[in-house]
Amino acid sequence: MSTGLTTAHGGALAFKPGYADNAADALRDLRPASDAVDFELEHHHDAASTAQLGFWIYLMSDCLLFAGLFATYSVLHGRTAGGPTPQGLFDLPYVLSETVFLLVSSFTCGLATLAMGRRSRGATLGWLAVTFVLGLAFVGMEVHEFAHMVADNAGPDRSAFLSSFFTLVATHGLHVTCGLIWMAIMMVLVARKGFTPSTESRLTCLSLFWHFLDIIWVGVFSLVYLFGVS
Amino acid sequence: MSVANEAIAGHAPHGAVRGGGHGAAHGHGTHGSRKSYIIGFLLAIALTIVPFGLVMTHSSVGTPLIIAVFALAQICVHIVYFLHVNRSEEQRWNLMALVFTAIVVCIILGGSLWIMHNLYINMMPGMMQGSMG
Repeated sequence: MSTGLTTAHGGALAFKPGYADNAADALRDLRPASDAVDFELEHHHDAASTAQLGFWIYLMSDCLLFAGLFATYSVLHGRTAGGPTPQGLFDLPYVLSETVFLLVSSFTCGLATLAMGRRSRGATLGWLAVTFVLGLAFVGMEVHEFAHMVADNAGPDRSAFLSSFFTLVATHGLHVTCGLIWMAIMMVLVARKGFTPSTESRLTCLSLFWHFLDIIWVGVFSLVYLFGVS
Repeated sequence: MSVANEAIAGHAPHGAVRGGGHGAAHGHGTHGSRKSYIIGFLLAIALTIVPFGLVMTHSSVGTPLIIAVFALAQICVHIVYFLHVNRSEEQRWNLMALVFTAIVVCIILGGSLWIMHNLYINMMPGMMQGSMG
């Protein structure tokens, strides 16, 4: 119990070398802390839900950014300027495996959130690591696809279709990359500090972000790849 | 069933430590249960595989419409089972922002296609064979 409160109020304490001193500190702090605990939780509770609503508003505005890119692609996808067409360019089995990687990573991210809910640090870190590897595989496959296209003289400078394609898909890939960096930071934070109200709030935002990126990818593979090839 | 029980049992000690304010403390109501993630995952996989299969086997019976329907269905599945948006009191503003965004996205996409389609028809009749999604 005392270690739980220690991590909740000042996680760094528990990981200093002199454990006995910290235990004494924790016991001394226990009394005032338990008086203040309701107020503190109430405060964190409000801050966390405000932060999450704010993050949700950010996601919605990001959605509008993608709507602009989707609209651009829809308008320009037929302007191939005599260059490669979607039918000749896209490899559906490859895209399907990218899609499955991202979808499974969204699921494991959800499992990480559930593990956080039952305060299991090991399971949270494990599922986050799985999510990270799957996300990395997705970005790796996308970079490989782009390199292949540029090498085949189908880079973003070839036609309006390819400019809008690269803008849309690379913007999504950039978001996923940012999500991966964020996830790596969160894994370090959870490993070092455990579950504090702040790490929990951030992890919840991260999982919202990750699920949101998967939703954008549903639009990408449907509009760009499936419509393009069909 | 046992899965659901485990999820509930797993939540209990946490809720006790945090004074029972656990669910609301995470802003979007609840983390959902393991069951809801599994249902959502299976639905999403099915809604992904079917349109890919249709396009890859070149069955061309109304494929664009089917792709669009499956994409919209999958987006709804993700929103309900992964983002856990629902009509509860504490999520009212999340839902409002989502609905507002959906309306603006429809205006941006539909408006762009409509305007550009008109533009092509009226100004470049020689290039009309270029397809407009």
